[in-house]
Amino acid sequence: MTRISLTVDGAAVSDDVEPRMLLVQYLRERLGKTGTVIGCDTSNCGACTVHLDGTSVKSCNVLAVQADGGEVTTIEGLAQDGQLHPVQEAFRECHGLQCGFCTPGMIMQSVDLLKENPKPSEEEIRLGLEGNLCRCTGYHNIVRAVQHASGQGVTS
Amino acid sequence: MTATQERPADAVDREIGRDRRRKEDQRLITGRTRWTDNIVLPGMLHLAMVRSPFAHATITGIDTSAARSAPNVVAVLTGADFGEELGVCINAWPITPDQVAPVHCPMPSDRVSFAGEIVAVVVARSAAEARDAAELVDVEYDELPAALDLKAAAADEVIAHPDLGTNKSALWVFDSGEAGTGGNVEDAIGKARTDGIVIEREYRQQRLIPAFMEPRSVVVDPTGEQYVMYSATQIPHILRFALAATTGVSESKIRVIAPDVGGGFGGKLQVTPEEWIAWAVGRRIGKPVKYTETRSESLMSAHHGRDQWQKLTLSAEKDGTVTGLKVELLADLGAYVAIVGGGVPVLGAFMFNAIYKFPAYHFACQTVLTNKTWTDAYRGAGRPEATYAIERLMDELAAEVGADPLAIREKNWIRHEEFPFTTVAGLEYDSGNYEAATAKAREMFGYDELRSEQMARRASGDPVQLGIGVSTFTEMCGLAPSRVLGQLDYGAGGWEYASVRMLATGKVEVTTGASAHGQGHETAFSQIVADRLGVAFEDVEILHGDTAVAHKGLDTYGSRSLAVGGEALVRAADKVVEKATPIAAHLMEASVDDIEFAGGRFSVRGTDQGMAIGEIATAVFAAHNLPDGVEASLDSDATYDPVNFSFPHGTHLCAMEVDTETGALRMRKYVACDDIGNIINPLIVSGQVHGGLVQGIAQALWEEAVYDEGGTLVSGSFVDYLLPTAADTISFDIDHTTSPATTHSLGVKGVGEAGTIASTPAVVNAVVDAVRHLGVTDIQMPCTPERVWKAINGPGAGGSTEGAAMPHFEAGGAAGNQEQPGTSSTEGAGQ
Repeated sequence: MTRISLTVDGAAVSDDVEPRMLLVQYLRERLGKTGTVIGCDTSNCGACTVHLDGTSVKSCNVLAVQADGGEVTTIEGLAQDGQLHPVQEAFRECHGLQCGFCTPGMIMQSVDLLKENPKPSEEEIRLGLEGNLCRCTGYHNIVRAVQHASGQGVTS
Repeated sequence: MTATQERPADAVDREIGRDRRRKEDQRLITGRTRWTDNIVLPGMLHLAMVRSPFAHATITGIDTSAARSAPNVVAVLTGADFGEELGVCINAWPITPDQVAPVHCPMPSDRVSFAGEIVAVVVARSAAEARDAAELVDVEYDELPAALDLKAAAADEVIAHPDLGTNKSALWVFDSGEAGTGGNVEDAIGKARTDGIVIEREYRQQRLIPAFMEPRSVVVDPTGEQYVMYSATQIPHILRFALAATTGVSESKIRVIAPDVGGGFGGKLQVTPEEWIAWAVGRRIGKPVKYTETRSESLMSAHHGRDQWQKLTLSAEKDGTVTGLKVELLADLGAYVAIVGGGVPVLGAFMFNAIYKFPAYHFACQTVLTNKTWTDAYRGAGRPEATYAIERLMDELAAEVGADPLAIREKNWIRHEEFPFTTVAGLEYDSGNYEAATAKAREMFGYDELRSEQMARRASGDPVQLGIGVSTFTEMCGLAPSRVLGQLDYGAGGWEYASVRMLATGKVEVTTGASAHGQGHETAFSQIVADRLGVAFEDVEILHGDTAVAHKGLDTYGSRSLAVGGEALVRAADKVVEKATPIAAHLMEASVDDIEFAGGRFSVRGTDQGMAIGEIATAVFAAHNLPDGVEASLDSDATYDPVNFSFPHGTHLCAMEVDTETGALRMRKYVACDDIGNIINPLIVSGQVHGGLVQGIAQALWEEAVYDEGGTLVSGSFVDYLLPTAADTISFDIDHTTSPATTHSLGVKGVGEAGTIASTPAVVNAVVDAVRHLGVTDIQMPCTPERVWKAINGPGAGGSTEGAAMPHFEAGGAAGNQEQPGTSSTEGAGQ
């Protein structure tokens, strides 16, 4: 067991974890942060995407011990003071989700994408979300949501 | 206590037709979700499954001692430990009386029939410890020859279940001559061979995996008076029935909850070994248990879809007027006959004739057992296969006649003034307008301009050729009239249930037997009820997916929720109004005959007196002043059994660019004009269409479940099973024409599967159209660049990757990768 201390969604937490425990397992099983989900075993689907020290990571691809001393933001910590993040708002506005399982990861990745590139083209959005799978939406309205959140005109 | 404010009687802002943002989303975008895997109960134990690595083998011994002594392991159980206590996984649709089907034990103790079958379960205090211990279970197998290839299995070369003596499960036949719905197809084909056109093709529907994003998960809580099962399922009500029927527990002691369910697409329309094993373990140990599959387990052991060979013969007169259609299918069931199983291809039986006026039709489907993962419904279920076949054939006919593919379709389709139209398959299409949808799609697409560009590229010998693909599809939705299901030997009905409860505060609580898993029922159903009762959209709460709350229902699949479940809602709501009317009359001291109801308000004709329905609800709750003999309740329910299917249709047009030097493909444009009847929420409809399109496009271009020669699924992870990403796909142009369904009040037809059904042939037709002038008439799905390149440059139509997953490019040239090169795909391919 290894002692880790980190900040998750603004709260300081500290736990003994097995060295092999993945960050996503730590979030879900130890902290009850079940908004972040597991969709595959191979870091293909991106459903578990969170921010670690301000950058998006697939939390199935990070050991909990690697997050020691870090700052993690999950989908549950994105809204501030009851105000949805503009990307969350945009996903609802543009119907960028259906079953909602990929949505936490998709939103966290989109936030990161817009931080890097505030006015992305459609192609840049599509490439930027390539690591996140969605089976429901066909991506059309997810792309619209990111366009909308970026303040750019939404093509039909 | 305040009654909810009624909406103005002259409200022009009807809810139906509005692009309401979804009620579901607030939870989903903030992570406040209840996926089954999120559920944690006191004392909960975790399960891990031990699965067979072999496709077919005898189990000669299982040593569980090492696993049992691993840390925090509570139990390790095998099939022998359980016996009949486990129950069986059911087949609800024996398609013929003499169907051959193996008993589907959730955990066999003697023989495994596909790679991934469960042979033991480990119960431990944590999921990680359960998985660690599962590695320590030592199973000895004697490997048996496995039936893997569908055609070879149909010839009984190797038997998948030796005790059955054959792999042939059932032969299901429909013949229009015998049914009296049309002529004799052999006569039509015979005549066409002498003085007409005969198109003979063989198409492959590759094996697909539904690949919902949420892996399946099940929690069983045996504490309390009722046993509770939480499951990531599309069918909580059917699951409850099947548990009762096969495990000996009274139905009334079983509560099944489908909490938030992360997609299904048919893949969660199943009763699974994992559910049955968790049920048995939970009951035996007396503690809550949870099992959540890994993605690899999901791809390997959750059911697959499609997997057919389609032998097709179309006859026509020289001018392209169709005269007959003969369909002979081989359908791979996999190792067991699943809950709908053999019924899936039968659902397609009525759709091969599609929108065309075939005078003669013959359909025969042979279902076949193999030692692969069992197959069942995948989005569209039978109808994509039918649509693919007929829409490909119509393009072939157009090429043969030398006509435009749209013109050849128009020559043969049912004209809008001919509805209602009884088809050669015996269905009555109630409404449709193929001309209108096609005209609109054609304009949106810029059809003539793209045809000109295609001609120019051909003339200039451009290495990048352009192809235009057409799909003028129809489908049958709203499953299903119960009497029809009875005629087809399906084990249940097709009705749906709804109840509407008026709460004391005027809020409205609705239960539905439909069970959403991403469709947006809470929003769309709220819109329907809000309109019907004249209450605010926000004041309607939709409850579903819990058999103790929505106690009755037949769940969600087959684009049925709105067309069947929605109509049940309408009828339940109307009963509320009916019950409230005499109470309103009493409270306003008026005659019942003078009461009118509109916009949520009961008023007395000719006066300005009125009461909102919420006020009536409050008065009924108090029950201080009700008419004599009237019960103190407005609550109502309804069970609606559809009188007919509904028949959405549409025209989809796809432009594909094909690099003839590399085989690379690029989708240039995709237009869909669908007629799905009346639209409740256009935003939700758009999402259904977009998502459906990509699943259908993925069948055309990317996805295939591939087994190696040992029967191991080599596309058993998201590294290998190619789900499209945002970067692989494009934005779509979609629109609608509207011919309301005529058999129920909402006029809706269903949209959940339309995109998937329509798009696959549109894409493949476009790819073939791009290179037809190079002698290509078929490319097998998925149309990989390799197959496209081979179709252009060598004999054959690409071939399957089955049995040749690695390496992709063997020595031996183009034929080296072919599955049964002599028989695969269509004659004339590459000529």
